[in-house]
Amino acid sequence: MLKEGEVRIPSGCAIAAMISTEGNLMTGEKIVKCMVPMHDRSNGLGGGFAAYGIYPEYKDFYAFHVFFDSHDARLECEKFLKEGFEIVKSEDVPIRKIPEITDVPIIWRYFVSPMSSVLSRLQLDDREFVSRCVTKLNTKFDGVYVFSSGKNMGTFKAVGFPEDVGRFYRLEEYQGYAWTAHGRYPTNTPGWWGGAHPFSLLDYSVVHNGEISSYDANRRFIEMFGYHCSLQTDTEVIAYIADYLLRRRQLSLQEMAWIVSAPFWSVLDRPNTREAEQIAYLRKVFPSLLLTGPFSIVLGFTGGIMALNDRAKLRSMVVAEKDDVHFVASEEAAIRAIEPDAENVYAPIGGEPIIFRVKEGAF
Amino acid sequence: MVIDAKNKQFNELNRDIWLSNTEGKIVNCLGQRFIAAGLKDKSIEIEGTPGNALGAYLNGASIFVNGNAQDAVGDTMNEGTIVIHGNVGDAAGYAMRGGEIYVAGNAGYRVGIHMKEYKEKKPVIVIGGRVGSFLGEYLAGGRIVVLGTNRDDKPLVGSFPCAGMHGGKIFLYGDISAIIFPSHVHTKVATTTDWKEIEPYVTRFCEFFGFDKNRFIPDNFTVVTPDGANPYKQLYVAN
Amino acid sequence: MNPLDYVVPHFEVIRNFDRCTNCRACERQCANDAHFFDPKTQTMQCDDSKCVNCQRCVCTCPTHALKIVENDASFRRNANWSGEAITEIYKQASSGGVLLSSMGNPTSNPVYWDRLLINASQVTNPSIDPLREPMETRVFLGKKPSETVRNPDGTLNTDLPPQLELETPVMFSAMSYGSISYNAHESLARASRELGVFYNTGEGGLHEDFYKYGANTIVQVASGRFGVHEDYLNVGAAIEIKMGQGAKPGIGGHLPGAKIVGDVSRTRMIPEGSDAISPAPHHDVYSIEDLRQLVFSLKEATRYQKPIIVKVAAVHNIAAIASGVARSGADIIALDGYRGGTGAAPTRIRDNVGIPIELALAAVDKRLRDEGIRNNVSIVVGGSIRNSADVVKAIALGADACYIGTAALLALGCRLCRTCSSGKCNWGIATQRPELVKRLNPDIGCKRLVNLLTAWRREIMELMGGMGINSIEALRGNRLMLRGVNLNEKELEILGVLHAGE
Repeated sequence: MLKEGEVRIPSGCAIAAMISTEGNLMTGEKIVKCMVPMHDRSNGLGGGFAAYGIYPEYKDFYAFHVFFDSHDARLECEKFLKEGFEIVKSEDVPIRKIPEITDVPIIWRYFVSPMSSVLSRLQLDDREFVSRCVTKLNTKFDGVYVFSSGKNMGTFKAVGFPEDVGRFYRLEEYQGYAWTAHGRYPTNTPGWWGGAHPFSLLDYSVVHNGEISSYDANRRFIEMFGYHCSLQTDTEVIAYIADYLLRRRQLSLQEMAWIVSAPFWSVLDRPNTREAEQIAYLRKVFPSLLLTGPFSIVLGFTGGIMALNDRAKLRSMVVAEKDDVHFVASEEAAIRAIEPDAENVYAPIGGEPIIFRVKEGAF
Repeated sequence: MVIDAKNKQFNELNRDIWLSNTEGKIVNCLGQRFIAAGLKDKSIEIEGTPGNALGAYLNGASIFVNGNAQDAVGDTMNEGTIVIHGNVGDAAGYAMRGGEIYVAGNAGYRVGIHMKEYKEKKPVIVIGGRVGSFLGEYLAGGRIVVLGTNRDDKPLVGSFPCAGMHGGKIFLYGDISAIIFPSHVHTKVATTTDWKEIEPYVTRFCEFFGFDKNRFIPDNFTVVTPDGANPYKQLYVAN
Repeated sequence: MNPLDYVVPHFEVIRNFDRCTNCRACERQCANDAHFFDPKTQTMQCDDSKCVNCQRCVCTCPTHALKIVENDASFRRNANWSGEAITEIYKQASSGGVLLSSMGNPTSNPVYWDRLLINASQVTNPSIDPLREPMETRVFLGKKPSETVRNPDGTLNTDLPPQLELETPVMFSAMSYGSISYNAHESLARASRELGVFYNTGEGGLHEDFYKYGANTIVQVASGRFGVHEDYLNVGAAIEIKMGQGAKPGIGGHLPGAKIVGDVSRTRMIPEGSDAISPAPHHDVYSIEDLRQLVFSLKEATRYQKPIIVKVAAVHNIAAIASGVARSGADIIALDGYRGGTGAAPTRIRDNVGIPIELALAAVDKRLRDEGIRNNVSIVVGGSIRNSADVVKAIALGADACYIGTAALLALGCRLCRTCSSGKCNWGIATQRPELVKRLNPDIGCKRLVNLLTAWRREIMELMGGMGINSIEALRGNRLMLRGVNLNEKELEILGVLHAGE
């Protein structure tokens, strides 16, 4: 059977997220609990979480979470890392052995910092360098898969139901100001851990529900800019699009939303406003980054999250709040499961980005 | 108005020209292409070496170059005058359909190829020195005059002149015995009528470059014209 | 006549004498003088050798008394020497001429469009109802900026290089006034305006009457530079440099003096009766860096207001050529496949030179992406786009839009008899004879072209809806939406598609 990345596998899913705009830290317990009512949106073939603010003692270092198929693969990877990085810590990711999660690979994490001499020789900024190294490890090294590479954040994922994956990774022991979660319903899968979600690159993480119909148009466009879609999943391509638009093209989240979930021309043609002109410009410049077909996503990044639906709103998604905490989920019940008194429940309209940011200085 | 072309890109230089008054002078010109492309109603003098496609699509403006020019001078030119006080490169006056080009010195390959005329619009090229091969290839109209004033023991015209010529006239001054013409063109000594046709242009040439007009004896011109208007008809059979 | 020169007529005109009323309509309709009235027998007769099977008489006979069939008088069967191959030898032995053909390559090489199948959504994502939900087919052709520039207030600077905006990703390809008639041009121009697309002047200049359609006109600059002057360059929405044509890559053009009459002569700005010769190359483009020079000379002359299209024939090394073109300042590359039409081309060149557009497009789109410069140019493809499914497949392979020529002429009445070069088109399309030209009513011609593209647009929307795609830009280059059948591994590799079942 072909491995994930060698064949394209469509999936349905459940997503959820929570963030404290005050920057208050929350353990992973709640987000795991949140996924339980949506159990039937997953089929046990993938679950995962992304957490922001969890490594304050190493916040200046890139935290690499890596799956290894063997110890040899780990040694190869470390050899490569030592050429470009200072490794300040290297350890097992703590897990809890449970019967629901099987075929466990070697799960390792490194806290690293690119060597300034290497950066100046290559004339790259550190984020571009890290992004290239991750791409290289994931495409050129057998049995190595870096599934998390941001600063002061981490992605945790496995084959299994999300609530089991949460227990497996002992998420109740981590504290973060923002969490996203994903339960996967792939049509078929060989059960490779790298194929579970969230997908992340640097501090961008994406959880996503739906199967986009524009996938290959998006993939073939984004691969022009040095990305390699090794997993052939929508989530992966969306993460690369976010990195390209936000980091490399220096666009805002709203502008990214106007591109990937662009308003219809019939809407844009009507008002001759400054805003319509800006949106039309973005559609003309980035036609190949329009995502069509159903999706709801939560994009996580340092200091915030963005929830977004496709422009025809073909997937369900609700947001709600309680005090300083904001919630996003595929279903309202998921939010109620952890915050029965959630207020201002709202279903964003297609293409409307819902952005929550932690207040300045609180993360 | 003087425009200093030093370190200017061609598009910056052309923008300056569009904004200039009716008379301008470009100094320190070095290789900028497309100078005065499509320009209608200005007069421009150039010090230095203009780049390729000088006066492309020219539409009425005048250009004077105090030196040599490069390739494709007056490409697809429609109207106006280009005067070069030196030599020009290849393909001067390509597909020209109106206006006049005067060159004091020599011209490269493919002078005036595919020039064409229509009614009162008759393009004219006058070359003071000698010209390279493929002179007047596909010539469909207009007049090309080659005066050979600076014969330096090299042929007045290179190889394969008039290939595919099917209109227009070429005037060659002096001895043409070494030139091999294709079978589909006629050569004959210029008549008074022929001379009258080019006399105004030869006169202007002499004025521009300080030649004595009397040195050109009408009888020493040879006129080359195509033989029959549709030379290619018999090449094909309907299938 | 020398019996050696006799060629058995290709067609046989069959007349049902029970129905024929001797009204002589067929005789009046036939510019080839095939039909005539025989006073001796008091019947209509026919010289089969003059018939080109344009079907004009068949379509206009009031009693439907006529049909035209292929002549069954044949040579002895031979799998190597076909009847056509033999006849061509006779024609050349008799005339010493180069065989001259019209319209696109009719040989039986594979049509790759027919070996590609389109996807549809089932279960994992929804198909979309194209009739009741929004379905977008608008495209913008032109260079896209690679830098984000902001105004002082933080908003985006929305200045763009010039773009062509199409409501449907289909345009009418270059057909010169001269090769086709005034009424054909008027039909194309008016239909383009109505449809929000563009037609292309070809290399014959632009008739003064049609300047008013300039906003929907692409003006062409070919090696002959006919009719090229400042007003012409400025009136069009875009300028196309014709480097080559799919039907005859590597050779020039030749409109015989007989067709350079009246307005055609005026529009081309050459005297009546003189041959209009387009040289094989542009004589100011002998190398790729010269192309840059020609592109920028046109940009300078038109003050950077017009996108520049560079049209090239699909030849062996097309991917590298297109890459060079993309780096030469072109805003749009038009690729013309070896099945593309023509008013006249040497038969041997038409049938043996160039490569299929499907493979050329796939190779070019991939190469430009591999080099990271696909955004520098848009790609327009032509060379036998026959229907809306071909358009959808072309876009999924990576095209931004398609050019159609033959399909547009068929809509105007062309019967594909392939004798355009004779100038005796009975349908008023490929002719300059006033009595024939007036048979093509531009009101009707325009309407039929509008109908054609309206129908195609609906079909494109249906196909897109089936795939769950509601905007054409999400289809562009989306090769996962295609699967191949009857293709070998190499063909699949070049097309960049999986085999059906994979």
